[in-house]
Order: sequence, then C-alpha cells, then structure tokens
Amino acid sequence: MNGRKHLVEKIMHGIFFILGFVTVACVLLITIYLIISGIPAIQKIGFFEFIFGQEWKSTSDVAKYGILPFILTSIYGTAGAIVIGVPIGFFTAVYLAKMAPKKIKSGATAAIGLLAGIPSVVYGLVGMMILVPGICEWFHLSDGASLFAAIIVLAIMILPSIINVSITALEAVPKEYEDASLALGATPEETWFKVSIPAAKSGIAAAVVLGVGRAIGEAMAVMMVSGNAPNMPSLFESVRFLTTAIASEMSYSSGLQQQALFSIALILFFFIMFMNAILNYFLKRGKER
Amino acid sequence: MKMHQKVSKKRIGYVYVVRCLMIISTLLTCSLVIFLIGYVLVKGLPNITWELLSTKPSYITGKIGILPDILNTVYIIIATLCFVLPIGVGAAIYLSEYAKNKKIVAMIEYAAEILSGIPSIIFGLVGMLFFCQFLNMKTSLLAGALTLVIMNLPTIMRTTQESLKTVPQSDREGALGLGAGKWRMIRTVVLPSCIDGILTGCILSVGRILGESAALLFTAGFAHTIHGFLSGLMNSGSTLTVALYFYAKENGEFEIAFAIAAILMILTLIINVGVTLIQRYYKKRRTL
Repeated sequence: MNGRKHLVEKIMHGIFFILGFVTVACVLLITIYLIISGIPAIQKIGFFEFIFGQEWKSTSDVAKYGILPFILTSIYGTAGAIVIGVPIGFFTAVYLAKMAPKKIKSGATAAIGLLAGIPSVVYGLVGMMILVPGICEWFHLSDGASLFAAIIVLAIMILPSIINVSITALEAVPKEYEDASLALGATPEETWFKVSIPAAKSGIAAAVVLGVGRAIGEAMAVMMVSGNAPNMPSLFESVRFLTTAIASEMSYSSGLQQQALFSIALILFFFIMFMNAILNYFLKRGKER
Repeated sequence: MKMHQKVSKKRIGYVYVVRCLMIISTLLTCSLVIFLIGYVLVKGLPNITWELLSTKPSYITGKIGILPDILNTVYIIIATLCFVLPIGVGAAIYLSEYAKNKKIVAMIEYAAEILSGIPSIIFGLVGMLFFCQFLNMKTSLLAGALTLVIMNLPTIMRTTQESLKTVPQSDREGALGLGAGKWRMIRTVVLPSCIDGILTGCILSVGRILGESAALLFTAGFAHTIHGFLSGLMNSGSTLTVALYFYAKENGEFEIAFAIAAILMILTLIINVGVTLIQRYYKKRRTL
C-alpha cells in the first residue's frame, strides 16, 4: 500500500513537472520555427536588400522584396501612437491614482478595463466608419485610410495598458515621500508631479514600453484603417505595417513570397524580444528600489 | 484656500494647469469609452434579428446569418479551455508547490512573460506552420484552438498562481501532518481554495478568445458551415471576430459587421462585470 502511494506521488510529480515545462517548450517551438522558416528567404534575397530595400513588389514578374517601408511604418506608427497616447494615459493615471474620489476612480477603472477588453476588429470597424471618412473630409484627401488613422486607433488601443501599469507604479510610491513633500509646503499637485512621479519613474517607463510592444504587434485593427499599400510611410498615405504585411498576403502566397513573409515575422519577433528585454530592465530596476 | 495665498502666482498657475490637464485627459478617456460603446450598440443593436442569429449564410436567398460563426466561437472556446486549463493550472501548481530550484522557476516565469508579449499574428503564423502543416491538421478549428491554448497559457498560469499564494501555509502543513501525501494535499486542500483564480483565468481567457482574430485567420480559416462539435473541430470555420473582419473589409456588409460588433461588445461587458463580481465574492468570503 505504501509503495503504491509512493508511486502515485512520483507519477504526479512527473506530470506537474512536464506541465510546468510546456510554456518553455512553446517559447522554444515558436523561436525555432520562426528562425528556421525565416532564414531561407533572407539568405536568398540578401540581408541588406531585404532590410533596406525600399520596394515591395511580391507579385510582379521581377519580384522585389524590400521591407524598409514596413519597418519604418511600424516605427513611425508606434512612435505616433506613443506621442498621442502616453500624455493622455499618463495624466489620466495620475488623476486616478492620486486625485480622484473613490467612486470616480472605481468607475473610471472599470471603463478602462472595458477599453482593454474590446476586440481589435471592433476598433478597426469603428475606425473604418468614423476615422477614415473623417480624415478624408478634414484634410481633403481622396482616401482617408492612412498612417494617421492607424496612429489614432493605436493610441486608443494602448491607453489601457499605459494607464493600468502607471497607476500600479504610482500607488506603490511610499506615502512618507509624499507626506514629507507636503509638510515642506508643496501643494498636492507639486507633490505628485515632482515627488511621486520621479519615484515611480521606472514603472511608468515600463508602461510606455508595454504600450510600444502592444502597438508594434497589433494587426487587425491597423489592417482595417491603414489602406495597406506598400508605400514608404507618410502621414496621409496608405501604408502597410510589419504585422499587416504578413496578414494581407499570407492567404494566397507561396514559394519565395511566403518565405519572405516568414522572414518579416522573424524581424517582428526580434523587435518584440528587444522590447521585452527593455521592459524587464525597467521592471527589475523598479523592484530593486 | 488660505494656503494658496502664501504661494506665488507662478506656483498657483502650475497647479491649475496640471489639474486641468489631468481632468481633461480623464474625461477624454472616459468619454471615449462611452462613445465607443454607445456608437457600436446604436449602430449594431437594430440589426440583430432572430433570423440573423438562427440561420447560416445562403446564396439562394442572398441573406446572411451568423449561426455558424456563433457555434464555431462556442466550440473553439470549449476546446481551448479543455486543453489550457489542465496545462495552465498544472504549471502553476508545479511552480508554487513542487519546484524547489529557483532558476527553474525563474525560467518558466520568464517563458510565460515572453509568451504574453508575443503578438497574435506571430502565434497565427507558427500555429499554421506547426499545427496545420507539420501535424497535418489542415485549417481547422482544432488547430485554431491549439494556437489559442499557447496564447492563453500565461493568463491561466498567472491567475492561478496568484490565488495559490493566498492559500495559507498552515493549511498545507495541516494536511501533510495528518499523513496526506503531497498529491492528496494538493487535491483536497490546495485546489479547492484556488478555484477563484482558476475561474477568473477562465473568464479572462474566454474574453481573449472572443476578441482574437489575427491568430485564427490562418489556423481556423473562414468557412461558414454548420457542424456538430466534433466534426466542427476537424473543419475550418470562422469565429465571430473573423466573420466581422470579413463582412466589413472584404464584403462591405457593414450592417452585419455592426450587429456582430454589438454582440461582441455586450459579451465583453458581461465578461468584465463577471470578473469583478467573482473577485469581489471571493474577497468577501476570505475575509469572513
């Protein structure tokens, strides 16, 4: 009887061990698959021509695979979303963490949670129906589907991550810091902005980096509002992001074209891993403090 | 306001500027949420009819129904949860009950962190390469569900781990002291008291599955045929979000798209309220 019990214990330990390592296996699987399937096209096209080539003509007779337009669009689009989204998210976070009455705070937090839960295709749909025609009219363009529309949609989509992470960081600031500042005669507003925020610096930086990661990785909403032509990025022109480049051609591609799409995914993966590393750096620094 | 008479005008100006910025930003954010919900519901609710919900698209009558998409969404949610629950809960139990080596714990947690940061389009691509092509599942709901399993693992792991932390150490020691083996202790003491974390994880995952589209585009496909559960898993089918994308972007059927968007919006609302209620309920029960 005791022997059997011992055996069961051993087996269960083994099972939990395996389940624990599924995550690691998944990460390895994704990395290995992306590298194996992404390398061939880069080798065939040539690394520099692939990364710095300015033309993407995957379906013409003399196919050209240069993804510089996609890379720049992704960078500009993300930067634009950060420029618009971070200030709004930042001030909202400070208000909710420090100033807001309890009832307003819980209401607003619920609303922001909802914003995070709305599916990206719904953002895309609303963008298609309101933003695209709106931009078309305001700026007298022939088509409103542009980088600008994508930037606004992305700015809204990264708001919840920025606000939530910043609130957590601001609430973790020790109360003594603020009390000391108030006791020295600073107004509450001066205390929040000159004492609390510097103290929560790394948490807020982490929020921004998280927003960058979200914005780079978003595909469907952007695909619905950005027009999807492989142009070099310009604010009011139809553009294609790294993510949408993969999504828009995957269904009918084959051969070198498909392999090139895998290579784009590999580049995107590197971007994300880079962002992850930065995020970890900030989070760790925040913890050490 | 007596205090303000002593501070300089410049500082008072600063206070008011910052206060304004904060309030304007918050108002902007909140009105954005209200506008989004209102717009989608106003545009979508009138288009939801019983006929839309209960039929499949027919070329003969030229009418569109979304019953197959609803069924596919339900199938994919069930299938994903069936796989991800045991794996995610098991992994969380391993991390907090079994693992002694700190490096292994750090490695697994780091892997989960990486997984939660990977964009869904990359999951879709690797899912297509691995499940559809390498494991020869073709584009099917099952391949889509398995892709979603990888995506949702970190969510279930995190929520379960968090509620495992709240199980008192004395409960565990009590069970072990009474002569229970480790597995029996986990089964009878630890698992029942982390139900709230598992439930929260489940609902959050359902929310993510409902909203997911990029990862399903190439793994689950976009057919609109009605199947039973098992044959549905083996066949390609579109979920509500994928159907929304196609009706809006490829077919220009905006009324249908808004109807689906309104359904998704209502489900998102329900999910958010559900998570809050569960957390509140269990918090109350803990403090009793």
